[in-house]
Amino acid sequence: MAAAIEFRQVNKWFGKLHVLVDVTLGVAPGEVVVVCGPSGSGKSTLIRCVNALERIQSGEIVVLGDSITSPRMNLTRLRTQVGMVFQSFNLFPHMTALENIMLAPMKVRNAPREDAEKTARALLLRVGIPDKAGNYPANLSGGQQQRVAIARALAMQPKIMLFDEPTSALDPEMINEVLEVMTDLAKSGMTMMVVTHEMGFARRVAHRVIFMDGGQVIEEADPETFFASPKSDRSRQFLSKILSH
Amino acid sequence: MSYQFKWSVLWSGQSGYWLLQGLITTLELSALAWLLAVALGILSGALRTVPFRPLRAAATFYVEFFRNVPLLVWMFFWYFGVPPLLPRGVQDWLFDHGAEFWAGMFALGVYHGARMSEVIRSGIQSIPRTQFEASVAMGLSVWQAYRLVILPIALRLIVPPITNESLNLLKNSSVALTISVAELTFQTRQIETYTARAIEALTAGTLIYLVLCVSIAWVMSSLERRYAIPGLIARVGGAG
Ligand SMILES: Nc1ncnc2c1ncn2[C@@H]1O[C@H](COP(=O)(O)OP(=O)(O)OP(=O)(O)O)[C@@H](O)[C@H]1O
Ligand SMILES: [Mg+2]
Repeated sequence: MAAAIEFRQVNKWFGKLHVLVDVTLGVAPGEVVVVCGPSGSGKSTLIRCVNALERIQSGEIVVLGDSITSPRMNLTRLRTQVGMVFQSFNLFPHMTALENIMLAPMKVRNAPREDAEKTARALLLRVGIPDKAGNYPANLSGGQQQRVAIARALAMQPKIMLFDEPTSALDPEMINEVLEVMTDLAKSGMTMMVVTHEMGFARRVAHRVIFMDGGQVIEEADPETFFASPKSDRSRQFLSKILSH
Repeated sequence: MSYQFKWSVLWSGQSGYWLLQGLITTLELSALAWLLAVALGILSGALRTVPFRPLRAAATFYVEFFRNVPLLVWMFFWYFGVPPLLPRGVQDWLFDHGAEFWAGMFALGVYHGARMSEVIRSGIQSIPRTQFEASVAMGLSVWQAYRLVILPIALRLIVPPITNESLNLLKNSSVALTISVAELTFQTRQIETYTARAIEALTAGTLIYLVLCVSIAWVMSSLERRYAIPGLIARVGGAG
């Protein structure tokens, strides 16, 4: 089967800083890939390339069959097919939870208000907070905000979901409620790239773990292999650091 | 020697009528200039933050050019400088239809637009960049992201400095008397000339400006409370 996401010899620089170095990798439809690695290794940059929040300087990225690095690519189409969830939730503070979720379907797809609202309410139910539709972000806990953010990304019915450290900004007692939603999503067959340090989640849910350092993909393996017998020194070091606490 | 106040000069003869006319002109002049300033301010303030360099450069040029030349010079520019550049027919029409008013309105609007631009830009820049990224990541165009997310948040944050700038605009409308716009200050001076009663005339003018400013501040602060973003209300303070 054709890959959902494919990186071919991708290089990216921020000025003189070489942040992605010859990255080649594929993600199959329905696959859940966890990306880990030390701070500054290029994890965020890697997944931000998939929805073209970052542009690359050389190589090619193909998403759902379209080369997104070609000048003729359709940015809106790409971004409606790829949902993204950020570390800092990024709900729009002047809109209720429901309005946050309805915005893109109404403005990008021109969906009628009633349809958008119906979808939004169903999504709030799916992420477990149907009673928070009318709340403004300020009146939601961090875990609830992140679940609304996931619902908002799902409202466009994306084929791929990107997560950039979705639980890093959460109090420990709220991490699980978000991971549960993500686990359900993975089970539903969503193609996912997840940057996270939640190794329990990686073990249980991921089909593959990618370890990055210095802008390079150092190691990729299924979670069992990766955690039991990491091949490189750097991944061993990294694992011993994050598993020790 | 003691000064004998004679407040009746304010309502005897033509004075009351003049004051009223002055007040109306000041309000018209300021209101139109304010609309122009807000439109230019939002447009150029937003353009100064967009990811397209030529648009940013154009907006920066507007702001630096217009706010760094004194308002008085702009009044003269629009009144004496611009009409001769227009076709004869348009010139004649303008001078028959209050050219000084339109010149004053443009000068005020364009000058304060450049100043409001700075306020709006700083409002936009106080919003985390990730809000913009979240907007475009879900498929909104840059234009939609600004219209639906960035500006609605920024405008709510900057009500206090915009109020300040609006009061400046109202007070600066008095500069238009230099190009003979018969606004409030112009009329108080006319009363003074006819009655030789400087203190009474100036007091009347001052009080009217004061009432206008206080009313505007009150309207703006109700707007601020009405549209406050939940969670950011605390910033408004005890009033809310
Ligand atoms: N917009 C930018 N401009 C310049 N340098 C950047 C920019 N964004 C990231 N970088 C740099 O690129 C490198 C990779 O950043 P990236 O955010 O992808 O790392 P990361 O693996 O996600 O790190 P973290 O775990 O801290 O989130 C870092 O050195 C970072 O400082
Ligand atoms: Mg990161």
